[in-house]
Amino acid sequence: MEWVNAIVQGILIGGLYALFAAGLSLIFGVMRLVNIAHGDMIVAAAYVALVVVQATGLHPLASAVIVVPLMAALGYAMQRLLLNPTIGKDLLSPLLVTFGISVILQNGLLVAFTADSHRLAAGSIETASIQVAPGLALGVLPLVMFAASVLIIFGLELIFYRTSLGRAFRATSDDPEIAQLMKLDRNHVFGMAMALSAAIVAIAGIFLAIRTNFDPSAGPARLIFGFEAVIIGGLGNLWGTLAGGIALGVAQAIGAQISPGWQILAGHLVFFLVLAVRPRGLFPRMD
Amino acid sequence: MAVSFAIQRSTRLSRVTAIVALLLLAGLIAAPWWAGRANVRLLGEVYSFVALATLWNLMAGYAGLVSVGQQAYVGFGGYMLFALAMFLGIHPLAAIAIAGVAGAIIALPIAPLLFRLQGAYFAIGTWVLAEVFRLSFAQVSSLGGGSGTSLPAAIVVNIASDRGLREAAIYWTALTIAVASIAFVVLLLRSRMGLALTALRDSEVASESLGIDIWRTKLVVYTAVAGFTSMTGAFIFLQKLRISPDAAFSVNDWTAYVIFIAVIGGIGTIEGPIIGTILFFLLRETLADLGTTYLIVLGAVAILVMLRAPKGLWGYFVQRTGITLVPVRRRVVFPE
Repeated sequence: MEWVNAIVQGILIGGLYALFAAGLSLIFGVMRLVNIAHGDMIVAAAYVALVVVQATGLHPLASAVIVVPLMAALGYAMQRLLLNPTIGKDLLSPLLVTFGISVILQNGLLVAFTADSHRLAAGSIETASIQVAPGLALGVLPLVMFAASVLIIFGLELIFYRTSLGRAFRATSDDPEIAQLMKLDRNHVFGMAMALSAAIVAIAGIFLAIRTNFDPSAGPARLIFGFEAVIIGGLGNLWGTLAGGIALGVAQAIGAQISPGWQILAGHLVFFLVLAVRPRGLFPRMD
Repeated sequence: MAVSFAIQRSTRLSRVTAIVALLLLAGLIAAPWWAGRANVRLLGEVYSFVALATLWNLMAGYAGLVSVGQQAYVGFGGYMLFALAMFLGIHPLAAIAIAGVAGAIIALPIAPLLFRLQGAYFAIGTWVLAEVFRLSFAQVSSLGGGSGTSLPAAIVVNIASDRGLREAAIYWTALTIAVASIAFVVLLLRSRMGLALTALRDSEVASESLGIDIWRTKLVVYTAVAGFTSMTGAFIFLQKLRISPDAAFSVNDWTAYVIFIAVIGGIGTIEGPIIGTILFFLLRETLADLGTTYLIVLGAVAILVMLRAPKGLWGYFVQRTGITLVPVRRRVVFPE
């Protein structure tokens, strides 16, 4: 039962990993950019949520009303001011700019909030659980988060395939020059993609803050988990990414059952195993 | 009428540079006699960053392999030094060389895996690798596990009995590693493979269509850089005398600084990383009190350079003046 429990918890945390991954994958899909600052943006969002909760007394989940638009606006500005000027020529410059942003965010948070770890208290929902079977209880909060992650990925699919914004994303992704000839403003499309990614980052940040302790150095690990979920699941496939996140969560849970030191390592090893055996991921997009 | 021409590499300036560089090198070799003990130590640190930045630059600036995970090999080299010296009783200076070979050997099976990640995802893949190394070495209890270990004094004394001589030996090792790294990069770029690399840098698709084996070229660069980086890492931790997983595989110390050095100095040039390192240490010595803020300032400067002068300070200078000090380019010369 212990093992079943661990695996179920792994599946549930996989939803959060998929959320980390969704924003990363969106940016890569639209502009072939890997945002190294992605994890630090998630942690920054967690801190924004912390400040909002402390200042307004809102419930952490409700703080999304402020945190999501704020992060989206910041994401849009970051894209237009810092990233757009470097995109298009080669992959090196935008990558290194996001690396610079990552270092600045991390150390900026360190200056502003010290290295102490924080956590958002979500009240009674934190301890509520549903007894599924003897010895197997599901926390309400992890369930809610998992459901929210699935909904967000579903919503992203809708945006991508059913709206004009999604059409602009796909067109720019396929051929930026032709898209521009069709009167799509590349800079704005990229800005919107980063805004959408940052909105998902905001939710991921709030969930992270409720679920675990976080500190300014927590970003890179989130980036890596998101990245592993993308690669395990298969590039360009959002449902695959969810599967990738779950696979990673389960791998970590099983690793943790073996020995605490093995939790994160097991996830990394599964990533390399998938890379060796199925380099295109478990569910590559059909071309 | 046939046009007569010649292919030339060196210019008068590059020949002058070579002579000046040799004189400078002679001066630096003699540093233990003219510089104070603290300065010799500082120079050793400078050399290790010259080596790291030069090597990173070869991967990112020429082979299109942008790594944010070179700390994997810095830490690996450091741990190899400790393991070889402590468990096998190998002389530390010999252990540095062996660590380099070991780094290259371990990179050989890793490279094909990482190369499966397309474009920028490669960068994060290298980071995951560094994390795997960090977590794995944290599991080795004979090397101190998560809290790390110190190099026993008996091993340090073993380098040379006299303290002055010992410090000089460590210093010369660092100088050798830095000079060897630069020489390796220059010679590689001047070789047949260097031509392939330059073509690769300018356009992967075009160079592949001309018959360049991209995969093999990248493999050679990645493995060789891993070897040299491991050697540098072994030296760094010989100078520090203490190693722990967090210090050995620190992304800030061995990748962030190195990237900022290369970016600010000039990616894709030989001179850039050297100039970047000098600038980095000048800044560090003056802004050392700032601590965390120093990293923020460096990050901001690097972003500014990427936006305003993507070729870095040296690239900007070359663009303005047309001067190159290290002759890796071939130029066509028509007799007047």
